[in-house]
Amino acid sequence: MQKSGWSEFEIGAMLRSFEGATNNIAITHQEDRPYSKSNSFTASVADWRIVKPVFNKEYCIDCQFCWIYCPDISIISRDKKMIGIDMDHCKGCGICVEVCPTNPKSLLMFPEQQDEEAALSEWPAKEKKEN
Amino acid sequence: MADTMELRDIEVWDGNMAAAQALRQVQVDVVAAYPITPSTPVVENYANFLANGYIDGEFVMVESEHAAMSGCIGASAAGGRVATATSAQGYALMVETLYQASGMRLPIILNVINRALASPLNVNGDHSDMYLGRDSGWIQFDAYNPQQAYDLNFVAFKVAEDHDVRLPVMVHQDGFMTSHTAQGVKTLSDEVAFNFVGEFQPMNDMLDLDHPVTHGVQTEEDWHFEHKARQHNDLMTKVFPKIQAAFDAYEALTGRKYNIVECYDMDDAEVAVVCMGTSVETAVEVAKEQRAKGIKAGVVGIRVIRPWPFEQIAQAFQGCKAIAALDRSSPNGAPGMLYNELAGTLYNAATRAVLTGYVYGLGGRDLTKSLLNQIYADLVANAAAGKPTTALQQLIGVRGPKLEFL
Repeated sequence: MQKSGWSEFEIGAMLRSFEGATNNIAITHQEDRPYSKSNSFTASVADWRIVKPVFNKEYCIDCQFCWIYCPDISIISRDKKMIGIDMDHCKGCGICVEVCPTNPKSLLMFPEQQDEEAALSEWPAKEKKEN
Repeated sequence: MADTMELRDIEVWDGNMAAAQALRQVQVDVVAAYPITPSTPVVENYANFLANGYIDGEFVMVESEHAAMSGCIGASAAGGRVATATSAQGYALMVETLYQASGMRLPIILNVINRALASPLNVNGDHSDMYLGRDSGWIQFDAYNPQQAYDLNFVAFKVAEDHDVRLPVMVHQDGFMTSHTAQGVKTLSDEVAFNFVGEFQPMNDMLDLDHPVTHGVQTEEDWHFEHKARQHNDLMTKVFPKIQAAFDAYEALTGRKYNIVECYDMDDAEVAVVCMGTSVETAVEVAKEQRAKGIKAGVVGIRVIRPWPFEQIAQAFQGCKAIAALDRSSPNGAPGMLYNELAGTLYNAATRAVLTGYVYGLGGRDLTKSLLNQIYADLVANAAAGKPTTALQQLIGVRGPKLEFL
């Protein structure tokens, strides 16, 4: 596709989202969708990120705030259970961390190169309420 | 279901009503429009037909011509039959979106009621707005009277919506001289008119929910050139055969014959005037008077401005000894557009006719028969001398000391 000539693509500044016809796409999980090669889902933008969210399952209450607030649909949730982050599309904005309501937070930002096990091992303790 | 409108065989319509009736008869789905003199009655009449039940469509009132064409682009990408109209300053404001429409290959029909571009502000007809769009990737038809404005709209929809073409089309007519001059217009019945164009056949439409598409994508140096090359190729190779086929079909249906280049008395012409719009009809009348005086005078009218009919033009001037290109737009520091296009077309052609240019009629100034007689006198002198006897560019019909250049 990268080297296609002028006569080798459909006319118009137009891209197809999927290969062939689709139906009920709204209730099909991303991993099951027939995304086309030109769909942005097939491109990784992980290198846009300089800090990353790390998910600590131990404290998560599956409230879905992060899933709702993520501007890039990069929180992966199945059956209302938070199961991880789509690291190909997460751009490290930190909104998920900001909205996480648990104590301590279940999502925290770390430098992109930080080892995940190390990040989890230095997770902060529960903050005590004053008074 | 829209009501049928009973029309007489010949109706007295001005060019605006003729265009509006054509939009009604092809049952345009969406008109997004902003009023501007002298094009306003095109969309005003469409809105009237819609309000009275003669169209099953949508009229979208917008805040500017930029928004009007943007609305048309959205509606066309969604999968509707779409048209609008504009003039001059409104056209200028639309220019950014004209390129969007053609690059997205959306078959929108734009009736351009030609009017001078300010400054100074002027509502009358010249061709400066028509010239402004000539690199925008649209197909451009020029009508010389209300009948042609009516007929060319049907041809425009048929060509634009063809899946091998999928390019937007402008139908031009002269502001006021055509748009507000009522003449007898031979009509088609609603059924015959609609069937000539047929049901709209969508292509890659956004409302095809089983095949989602992204329209209006961004490309940089890695893809942009290929898209533009594809569009240019299609304009150069695919459009003329489709226009010719549509002209042939229209002639078979109505008996009215259109040509990509209109030739009047050109078979044995030695001196010829090339022009557009209402000037063609005046020039044809003057050429006949010249012929009565024994001068082999002819007229060439450009019917399709874009794509530029290179081969048909070269063909038209075989045997011609002197040609005058009449430009109704200030070139502002250059030869006129028609002069330049003709020079480029004829430079490698068999003809070695003398080519000179005239700038005339700016801001609605009349092109009189005496001006055309003077042009033919210049051409006769050029033909006899075998070289220009005048400057290559003359401004005619303007007050003050004679202006000529080059």
